Amino acid sequence: MFFTFLVVAILTAAVLVVAALTISKLIAPHTFNPQKGEPYECGIPTRGQSWVQFKAGYYLFAILFLMFDIETVFLFPWANVVNEIGAYALVCVSFFLLVLILGLAYAWRKGALEWE
Amino acid sequence: MNQAFLDYYNLQPLLTAIHTWLCGFMPEGLAIFLECVVVGIIIMVLYAVLAIILIYMERKVCAAFQCRIGPNRVGGKGGLLQVPADVIKILIKEVFKLKNADQFLYGLAPFLVILASILTFSCLPWHNGGEILSMNIGILFVLAASSIGILGILLAGWSSNSKYTLIGAVRSGAMLISYEISIGITVLTMVMLSGTMDIHGIVTSQANGWNIFKGHIVAIVAFIVYLIAGNAEANRGPFDLAEAEQELTAGYHTEYSGIHFGFFYLAEYLNLFITAGIATTLFLGGWMPLHISGLDGFNAVMDYIPGIVWFLGKTFFVVFLLMWIRWTYPRLRIDQVLQLEWKYIMPLSLLIMLIMAVCKVYGLVF
Repeated sequence: MFFTFLVVAILTAAVLVVAALTISKLIAPHTFNPQKGEPYECGIPTRGQSWVQFKAGYYLFAILFLMFDIETVFLFPWANVVNEIGAYALVCVSFFLLVLILGLAYAWRKGALEWE
Repeated sequence: MNQAFLDYYNLQPLLTAIHTWLCGFMPEGLAIFLECVVVGIIIMVLYAVLAIILIYMERKVCAAFQCRIGPNRVGGKGGLLQVPADVIKILIKEVFKLKNADQFLYGLAPFLVILASILTFSCLPWHNGGEILSMNIGILFVLAASSIGILGILLAGWSSNSKYTLIGAVRSGAMLISYEISIGITVLTMVMLSGTMDIHGIVTSQANGWNIFKGHIVAIVAFIVYLIAGNAEANRGPFDLAEAEQELTAGYHTEYSGIHFGFFYLAEYLNLFITAGIATTLFLGGWMPLHISGLDGFNAVMDYIPGIVWFLGKTFFVVFLLMWIRWTYPRLRIDQVLQLEWKYIMPLSLLIMLIMAVCKVYGLVF
C-alpha cells in the first residue's frame, strides 16, 4: 500500500503544479517585450556572463556535509536496536564516532570552518 | 493510557469498512483507483487550505509582534479574504520565458520543491491510523524526501541565468545541507528513545508520556536544537539570508514570476508546517493526548478529544514558536550561520546523541 500512495503523492504534486500553471496560462495576460527576458539587474544591462564564479568555501562545507550525512545514515540501524544489542555495540559505535570527530577536529584546526 | 480510546478513535477499521463496501459493487482495482483519487484530492485540499491559514497567521502574528494591526481591509474586519485575494492576484500574473535560461531545469525546479514538501507532508501522523504514507522506516523517508527540496533550490538559482539567483542558491544550499546534519542527529536521538523508525510506532511509544517529558534534559536540549535547525531548514527566521533583500533581492527565486514564484512561497510555508509537525511527532507525542500520572479524571477528559485536534493544536503551537523566533531576532551573516552550525550546534547534537545512547544502554533513566 505504501508504494501505491507514494505514486499518488508524486502524481498529486505533478497535478498541482500543472493545474496551477494551466489556470495561470488561461487567465493571465500575454505580451511580448524583449526587455522581459533580460536577467534581473539593478536598472542597467547585465555585464558579462551570468554564471559567475563563487567562493570555494561552499564546496568545502559540502564535502564536510557528505561525511556527516553518511554517518547519520550508518547510525540509523544501530539507533533502532540500541536497547537490545547493548554495551558492546556502543563501544564499537564510539570508535566510529571518534574517527569522525577527529576528522572534524582536523578540519577545524586547518581553518576549513573559518570564512575569510 | 486507556487502550479503549486508542481503538475508539482508530481510523483503520473505518477505512477497511469503506474498502469492503466499495468492493461490494465494483471490481477491486477500480475501488483502489477511486480511493487513490480521493486521497490525492484530500492531500491537495489540505495542502492549499493549510498554506492559506499559515500565511494569514504569519501576517497577524508578525503584525502583533511589531505593534501593528495586520491585514484588516479585504473581506470584513479581520482581513480574512486577504490571502485568497493574493492567490487570485498571483494567478493573473504573466509567466514569461527568460533569455538564455535553461528552460527545462527552470521549469523543473518549482516542481521538485513542491514534490519534496508534498512527500513529507503526507508522512505526518494526522490521526490514529490516519497517516497517508506509512512504512517501517518512515522517519528516514521524511529526511530523504525533504532533501529533494534543496536540489530544487539549487537548480532554480543556477538555471535562471542571473547573478543574484546563483549566489542566493549556493548560500541557501550550503546552509540547508549544514543544518540537515543537526536535524538528522536529533531525529536519531529520538529514534533511540522510541526504539522504532515507524512514525506510527514513534507516536504510540509516547502513550505513557511524551518524549520531551520522558527524555528529561536530553530531550529538551534536543528539542531546542531541532527547532533551531528546523528554522534554518525552512529557510526562515534569523537564517533567511538566502533571500536577504538588501543584498540579493529575493535570492534563488528572483527570476520567477507569477505562479512560478507562488510555488516557492507555498512550499516555504508548508515546510514550516512540516518542520513543526515532525517536531510534534518526535517530541510532543503526535496525536497522543496529554496525560498527567495520578490525575485519572483529567486523563479521561483528555482522551475524549480526537487525535487530529491534538496534532493540529500542538503543531500550530510549534509554528507560533517558530514565528516568534523569526520576528524577534535579526538576520545572521553567512559565516555566522555556518559557524553556529559547525562549531556549536553540531557538536552539541552529537553529544546529546551519545548521552542518550549511554543512558539507553545502561538503563539509567527513561
